[in-house]
Formats: sequence, structure tokens, C-alpha cells
Amino acid sequence: MAQEYRLILQHADEPGYTNDIECYLRHGGYEGLKKALALEPKTLEDGSVKSGPEQIRDEVRTSGVRGRGGAGFPAARKWGFINHNSGKPIYLICNADESEPGTFKDRQIIYKDPHQMLEGTIIACYANNVHLAYIYIRGEFHEGAEILNRAIREAKEKNFIGKNIQGSGYDLELYLHRGAGAYICGEETGLLESLEGKRPYPRIKPPYFPAAYGLYMCPTIVNNVETLCCLKHVMLMGGAEYAKLGTPNNTGTRIVCVSGTVKRPGYYEVEVGKVTIRELIHDFAGGLPEGRSLQAVIPGGSSAKVFRAGEKFQIKKKAGDGQETVEMDLEDLPYDFDTVVEAGSMSGSGAVMVLDDSVDMIEAIANIAEFYAHESCGQCTPCREGSLWLKKALQRLAHGRGRKEDADYILRIADNIPNGRTICAFGEATAWPVQSTVRKFREVFEARGAEDEARRARETEGAGGVGKEMDVAASSQP
Amino acid sequence: MPESHPNFEVPSQLEAEIDEVITHYPEKRSASLMVLHALQDHFGFLSKEAIEWAAQKLELQPINLYELVTFYPMFHEEPVGTYILKICRTLSCAVNGAHRLHHHVCERLGLDPNSHASQTTPDGRITVEYAECLASCGTAPVMMCNAAFYENVSNEKADDVIEECGNNGDTETENKEDV
Amino acid sequence: MTNVTAERQEKSAVETVSVWIDGQAYDVPKTMPHPVSGEQVGTTMIQACHMHGIDVPYYCYHPKLPVAGNCRMCLVEFGTPALGPDRQPLYNEDGSPQIRKSPRPVIACATPISPGMAIYTQTPEAKQMRESVLEFLLINHPLDCPICDQAGECKLQEYAVDYGKADSRFVEQKVHKPKQVDLGPRIMLDDERCILCSRCIRFTRDIAGDDALGFADRGSYSILTNYPGKPFDNNYTLNTADICPVGALTSKDFRFQMRVWFLKETKSVCTSCGTGCNIMIGSRNDRIYRYTPRENDAVNSCWMCDYGRLNYKWINREDRLREVQQRRDGAPAKTNWSVALKEVAERIESSPSGSIGVVASARLTNEELYLVRRLVQDKDAITDSVPRMGEADHLLVDADKNPNTNGAHATGIAAKKVGADIATIADRIRQGKIKTLLVFGEDVTKHGIEADLLKELDTLVVSDILPNATTERADYLLPGCAHAEKRGTFTNAKGRVQKFMKAIEGPGDARPEWEFLHELVQRKTHDGGSANLPALFNEMAEQVPAFHGLSWGELKDTGAQASL
Repeated sequence: MAQEYRLILQHADEPGYTNDIECYLRHGGYEGLKKALALEPKTLEDGSVKSGPEQIRDEVRTSGVRGRGGAGFPAARKWGFINHNSGKPIYLICNADESEPGTFKDRQIIYKDPHQMLEGTIIACYANNVHLAYIYIRGEFHEGAEILNRAIREAKEKNFIGKNIQGSGYDLELYLHRGAGAYICGEETGLLESLEGKRPYPRIKPPYFPAAYGLYMCPTIVNNVETLCCLKHVMLMGGAEYAKLGTPNNTGTRIVCVSGTVKRPGYYEVEVGKVTIRELIHDFAGGLPEGRSLQAVIPGGSSAKVFRAGEKFQIKKKAGDGQETVEMDLEDLPYDFDTVVEAGSMSGSGAVMVLDDSVDMIEAIANIAEFYAHESCGQCTPCREGSLWLKKALQRLAHGRGRKEDADYILRIADNIPNGRTICAFGEATAWPVQSTVRKFREVFEARGAEDEARRARETEGAGGVGKEMDVAASSQP
Repeated sequence: MPESHPNFEVPSQLEAEIDEVITHYPEKRSASLMVLHALQDHFGFLSKEAIEWAAQKLELQPINLYELVTFYPMFHEEPVGTYILKICRTLSCAVNGAHRLHHHVCERLGLDPNSHASQTTPDGRITVEYAECLASCGTAPVMMCNAAFYENVSNEKADDVIEECGNNGDTETENKEDV
Repeated sequence: MTNVTAERQEKSAVETVSVWIDGQAYDVPKTMPHPVSGEQVGTTMIQACHMHGIDVPYYCYHPKLPVAGNCRMCLVEFGTPALGPDRQPLYNEDGSPQIRKSPRPVIACATPISPGMAIYTQTPEAKQMRESVLEFLLINHPLDCPICDQAGECKLQEYAVDYGKADSRFVEQKVHKPKQVDLGPRIMLDDERCILCSRCIRFTRDIAGDDALGFADRGSYSILTNYPGKPFDNNYTLNTADICPVGALTSKDFRFQMRVWFLKETKSVCTSCGTGCNIMIGSRNDRIYRYTPRENDAVNSCWMCDYGRLNYKWINREDRLREVQQRRDGAPAKTNWSVALKEVAERIESSPSGSIGVVASARLTNEELYLVRRLVQDKDAITDSVPRMGEADHLLVDADKNPNTNGAHATGIAAKKVGADIATIADRIRQGKIKTLLVFGEDVTKHGIEADLLKELDTLVVSDILPNATTERADYLLPGCAHAEKRGTFTNAKGRVQKFMKAIEGPGDARPEWEFLHELVQRKTHDGGSANLPALFNEMAEQVPAFHGLSWGELKDTGAQASL
């Protein structure tokens, strides 16, 4: 039976654990930060001096921590793009705009252990010579914002934020900034525009890579809440020790959110790659409702490509000195960054959505398409027009107005959105679930279209040749 | 178009709060969302006067803020219900009864259960709308009532929330039964 | 702004790099000036392609605006030189460099070139991307081309033919948006036609300095808008109709007036101030329908002000002076050009030295002012023009509302400050010293020579375009032409000599002033000089020091600098 490995959530659900600073300090809070601040400059063999912040960056590199927000990009490499000699201030933003459907891990941290997130953020700021940082929290987290504001106040009172932190000479201001209901603000450049008070239109890259031209056109780091929490543990354990958690290149722990048609939906912190999708569904989430069988798994938030139950994948594995390819069943896939990508999808934000055979896949994908149509910012053509077109087409099919050719029709719309055609990855997020669902469940789409056509033909005959108007205004109702 | 708000006046305490928030940013414009939140929290919606007041405060053109007010679903250009019920409609909530919940809430409040648009009770007390993923898929279905958050919402739990909004719901229910 | 840009472009000899476009090598400058700041920034793929005549279609890109990158029409494929393990470039057998093709396309408008980069504009993938972008743009676009003002100059229409497919697969309901939105006093908006390219937003914010437009709502429901209740009303709003790639923004003045393909386009210059914005006159059947700005980076980039743009209606006015007249028995009577010019020439010739005054408008052309000067140069005449000072702005509008003040200076018509001698002329009329007054294009009764004073004269010769208190009192009335009705040159406030061409015929007997001035000079001196406009300009360039070295031919379309 697979087990959780609680590192970040070590205390969060303990009885009596509260989200105030006193409780956090009683549980060893801010020790990671103190350790970071206490690092003395180190003279290397070649005579050069490595500052404390540089040593922290090295530890993070050693730890192998990868971004927990969606892209899985190594945190140290992201930091490595920052030019520390540009003469401009460097900003850091904690991305607490958690909104990828299926994801609810940051919420646990923010609500239950906010100081851990602050500690990670302050360590990251210190490591990157940041003196002004923001937490961008989604607008709907009203209470989360209150909790964080209180936590910031407490941390200021204890001099973990502010001037000359813990006597180290390091200054940092940290403020909370609230969004107002827009998924696109989770995209880092959309977030920056939003934080600048503009419409959150993602920026074109090139030239506006945040590390070079971020907030106010200054070098900027945007890290996810969970990623920043990892840093506290990297600091306390040391990078090498941290890297022993998880699997090679997929180090540490991850909070995996399991939802959908499972008996015990919830969040489970596990070592990355040490549990399989089957274990996530069955051991942690209690399996499917009685009498139900698995139909599909969305492995990394709604943006990820859908897996169909029974799918087999060719996965490369280390074998002795070389590599071998093994065939793996969907449920046997280890839940990590690399294997899920190799299987053609992604672990994204760590959200596993499970759909049993009671779910109509057409309605399910119409539901996801509605989300993207609603959240598309509208800046660039393929996403703006394509996301709504997909929603309309899928809802038409979901509401009995399908056509035989709709599978191809929908695929051709979806195929014209991703792969660099849009300004940001929202294009991919819109297209991938649709492309994968239609391709993998093609017979379902074709049968539905044919059924609808046949029924309409009968109705038309009965009604003396008058067909019903297409109704595309209604929404999907799974 | 933002509704007009006659006799709009920002109380000095709110203004002081807003002035303080503006100091959090190297550029005033960055405070836009926070200022709009503060004004909406106080006035209930963002009137033409509120937008123009904020624009002046932030040294912006009103269009700069209008672009935001119309972009973000949390902002309202006209008065909405005293209580806003947001019911999450995204996948995990959808497969766990979000539409059943929406239907129940609408019926109970005498609103059109088949409409997916934002609807407000005739007395202006409660607005019901769908929201996209509220990031609590593990406790689906979920909903919010203003700032309060509710998980695993059964019809009974929704009734309790509506009760707490100070609406006993009897009138609507009775009317419904009469029909 | 634009001058700086142009100068920097000329001055700095920028390093060039070689890139491959569709398999052919081209040299392109490594950097180019930024359209707004003028700063040298990396040359983009689209600039590299366009400067070599390689077509890359686009909607949101505009060479004079900051890049937005939202339409995605200019998506291209590209690659960079492949490097071996030693980091040295790899070559094919034929000696050409190996290219590592990028798996993802990029937008040509925002992607800077790098040495050895290969850009592919014509691959099946590139064509397919364009086709799909066009399809997306058209699904919610109304099919109202027959009643759309943009028809004929619509990029959506044009590209749909060039890059699109005839059939749409769209079977869903279109998004409906506001139509006939009154955006401001001069601009109408049709949100259903808008493709959200943001050119107008960027123009009014970054060029006109009036952050007045924006997008409301989001996703496919986004609309262009002004702030409700705040009309879009700066002096540059009509430029947004020019740069709107579709028929979303239209000029209230021009909409529904004329299909653009019927318009004859004539290169000209705006006369509303000293800037001399280069324009195109759109006319049909000797009637002017619109002015549009014509690109000249040394003067107006590709913009013009609304005031200047709409200041053409007087040319079409019904009360234009059409007859040559001569006062007989105290009343004006129709005569003809040969009688009138013969008598006027004789009167001037017979006038004693010092008895002639001349007021010649700084709205006349360089050539005309030169001829006026020649006409009276042996008569010790006092000559001047009428000053027209007003407000300048930060962009194009000059404080001087005369288009040719520098021409008046250069030709010696206004030797000192413009208008400084008008009082002297008035005094001398009063004193009975000036007995003959020649007035070209001004109502002197409004500029210091009162109507009563004109009665003191023996002879008042007036040439003008529209009737006024001075033309009413003329002994000889010579109907002249608007700039749109003749050729000529103006010298703008910065000393740039710019030529304009004839768009339409003048009404009735009206003749270009330079034509009859030439004839007057010929009659008076028997040496009229050049009888056609280009030769006249060249003659003037030899005679007038400020114009030395210039020639009509070399003025080309965008003018040349005078040495003032």
C-alpha cells in the first residue's frame, strides 16, 4: 500500500495546528530562513568568493526542485536567467493564483500553513537579491487573503520581513495583491500585466521573458506557492538530501490533488514518481464508486491531454547501463514529471481528475471547453476565436445537435490553436484536452453525431420537412 | 456601461486605506485591482463615479480601469445582490452535482434554473451565478456566498446558506407551489 | 519624432547581417529605429522580409506603431544555423549552411533576426497557419462587404482572396456585438467588424498621447470601446480609420460617400499649417471626397491631424469665384483673361516707382510668390504677407497656419516678420503714396487695410478663390485655384520644399495663379521666363538663393531641404 510522504503538509492537518506565527515557530518555523541568512560568504579554491545567496542558489540547483505550478521547469534554471548586474531591481512574485481546474493544493498551504509559504518566499527573495516581492492571490480566496495579510503582519512584527531581517542587513518588503477572477493571471506574464494594473494579456516572448523584462520591465521571478515551500525544506535538509526524495530528475515531494469520480477525493503529498496512477486512484482516493469502471484520467489539471482507460504506453526505463523500452498500462504509470510527458500528457499542476464510465465524455470535454472559452483573455486570434468555437461545437454535440463530421470538424478547429500559434500556453491548454479526447474517444463522437443526424432526419420527416433551429446557447449539464 | 451612483462619496477612512495600498507599489497603476476591490467592497459595485474617482486617484484615464472592470468577473458595473452565490461549474464539481445544486438554488429562489447567466432575486437580495473552478475540487461541489466558502454542498446545506442570507425562502417556494 | 527617426536611420551606418529568406540569402541591417522612441532595436523578421519585397501578411503589425503580436497572421517558420559538437557551423554538401529548423513557428513582427537565421514564409505549414488565422478571424465577422466602407481597401477581404479558403466550415451562431457605435465626433465603430488588432488603441495612446481607447469584456466577446460618455475626440482620431485594417473604424465624413475604387488619388500636401503633412487627395469628377495622409518620415510619418484632413470642403464650395471681372461704372462686370491681364500689366508698368503695394498670401506657392516678386521688382513696391499664428501641438500641428511662410521669406515677399509691413502699406495708401494695390489670396480688410481705405486706391487688383470684402472692391478680380487644382511647391516650417500635384480642375474661368502671374510678368517685362511649372521651379531655384541646388525632378514625392 502506497504511503504519503508529508513534508510540506507535515503539520497542516495535525489536530491543534493553527496558522498563526506562534504555532509555526513552535514547529521549527523560520529555521530555514535563519539558516539561509546565516550563510557566510565562502572562499573557493580559485580565490573567488561565493556569497550566501549564491550558495542558496547552488543548493536549489542540487535539490533538482522543479516548478510545481504546471510547467515543471527546474527552479534553479529559472533563477539562473536573472541578470544580477543589470542595475535594475529584481522582483519576485509568489504565484498564488491557483485556478487550474482539478488543483487545490496551494489552497491547503495558504489556509493552513501560510508562514511556510512566506518563509519559502523570503528565502527565494534573499537568494535572488530581491527587495520587493508580491504574493498574487486569486480574488476568490477572500479568507486566504486575510490569512496571508495577517501572516505578513506577524512576520513583520517578528522581523522576518522588513528592514535588516534578523540582523542580517537584508531588507525585504512583501505585499499581497488580489486578483479578481481570471485564470489567465496564473500565466506568469499575464500575472505581471495584471500586477501592473493592465488587462492581463500575456506578453509576447520574445522579447518579454520575465527574467529579463518582467515587472516594470525589470528582471522578475514568478514561482508557485508549492515550489516556494519546497525551498524551506531544501534549506533545512540541504539540496543533496532533498534530492534523495522522489526519483532521479523528479525529486522531492508533490502534493497531488485527486478529484472527479473517486470515493475519497483529496490532496495527497507523495514522493515524486514513487506512486502510480493506480495507487493514487485506489490506495489514496479510495477507488471508483461501486460498480463503476475507469473511463479516463486527466493527469495534470484540465489543460493536460486526457488518458483513456486501458491505454498502453511505450516508456523508456533505465536498464543496467543502457535503456530499455517497456510497455506500461495507464494505471501503472509512475506519477512524476517525465514519465507522464513521455506518455504524451503532463503532470502539470499535480491535479489528477478521474472519470468513471458514468461520465459522458462529450459532456465532460464540453465542460472543459466552456472553461477555456470563458477564460480566454481574447488577445490573440486563434485562442480567442478557437476557444469559443470549440465550446459551441462541443455543446452542440452534447445537446443532440451533432453531425457525422463533427469529430473531424472539432479536431480541425483544435489543431489550429496550439503549437506556438498563440501568444501563451493557454492555446495549448485549450486544444490539448479536446484533441486528445476526440482522438482517443473518436467512436463515441462519431456515433453521437450519426445518432443525432438519424434522429433529426426522422423528426424532419415527421414535421413535414422543417428541421429545428440549432440551439447552441445552452450549456453542458453532465 | 457602468451605472451612475448619485451622491457618490468616498469616506475618509476608506480613502486612507486606499492611499495606504497605493504605497505598496512603485507605480500607482499597479494598485488598480486593489483599489477597485476596496471600492466595490464598500459600495457593492463599481459605478461610473467610482471608476472615475479611482482613475483620478491613480492618475489614469477612466478607460484604463473600465478595461479591468469589464475583464474581471468579480467586478460589477451595476448593483448586484447583497449576497452573491457563486456555484462552481467546472468538471470535478460538474460530475459531483454542481448542476443539481444550481438547479436547486435557483428553484428555491424563484430564478430560472436553466439559465447559466447571473441572476438576481427581484428583491435584490441574492444573486446566483456560475463560477469557474474555485480550486477545491476535492470537496465538490463547492460554492461561495460573498467571501464565505462552502464545501460538499448538498441541497440542505445550500438551504442553510440561503437562510443565513436572511432569506427564509418561503415566499418564493410558496409562489412556486402555487404555480 | 519622425525627423529624429529618419536622421538616426541615415546617420548611423548600422552593421548588416545575412539571413536566409525562403532559401535565398539577403543582407539586412542588424538594428532599426524603434517606431516611437527612435532607439536602435533589433531588426525583426517582418522588417527583413518587407525590405526585400518578400510578402508576409499582417493585421496588427504597423511599421509606425509598437508591436502587439496579437493577430498571428505573420506566423512563419524559421531555423538557426546548426552547430557541430565543436560549436562550429555545419555545412551541407553544396556548401550551404545546415539549418536547425525550430519545431515552433514565431510571429515575424516580434522576432528579431540573428546571423544566419533562415525564415520560411512559403512552407505548407506557414501557409496553413495563415489560412487558419484567417478562418478564425472570419467566423464572427459579418459578411457585409457590399455595404462596408472599407471594401476595396480591406485587409481581411484582400487576404481572404490571397491566403484564405472560399468556404467557411463554421456552422455555429456568430457572436453579436454593438454596431454603429458613435465613438467620437468624427469616428464610427462597428464592433462586429473589429478584429481586435489594437492598432487604434496603440496609435491614440502611443502616438497621439491620448489614452482614450481600450478593450472591454473578454475572450471572443471583447469589444473595442471608449470610456462610456467620454467621446474619442482628439485632433488625430481619423488616423485610426486609416490604420484600421478592416471596416470597424470609419470616418463619419467619408462613410457612404464614395466607393474607394472610384477615387482618383493625387499626391499633395496639406495647407492647414506650416507642417505640410503629405497627403493623398481622393477625388472623382472634379470633386474632392477625402484627404488621407501620405507617408513621409521627414514630415508627418503617416499621420495627419483631423483639422487638416477635413479642411477641404471650401474647395468644393458653390460660391467659388469663377469669373474674371473688371469694375465698370462702379460695378463688377465679366471680362476675360486676356483683357484683364493686358490692362493689369499696363497699369503696373505705368505706375510710378513706390506707388505699388502688394499683399500676397503665404498660402500661395513658392513659384507664385516668386512671380509676384518679379512682377513688381522694378517698382520699389512694398510687399508682405498676412501672418496666421495660432496654437501648436506636440505632434504635427504647427503654430503657423500658413503653409508657405518660409516661401514668402525666401522669395522676398515678406522680407522681415510676416505682416510687419502691412501697416506701412496702409499708411502709404492713407498718405496717397500707394495708388495700386495687388492682393493675392487675402481679405486685407480683416488684416489691417480697412475697406474704406481701399477706396483711396486708383487700382485694386485682387486674386482669390472665395468671395470676401476685398474681392467685392476689386477693380480687377482674377479667380484663382486651390492647391488641389494646380501643381506647385510649398516650403514648410522646417524649410522642406514639397511639391504637390493637381487633383481636380478649378471651377469656371479660374486659373492657377502661377499661370496668369507668368503671363503678367511676360506682358510687363517681355521676359516671362519658364512657361511650365517644372521649368518655372527650376528657374526659381536658380534665382532664389534659398532654393539653390534644388530641381523639380529631385524633389520627388517627399521633398527636399531649402537652405534658409
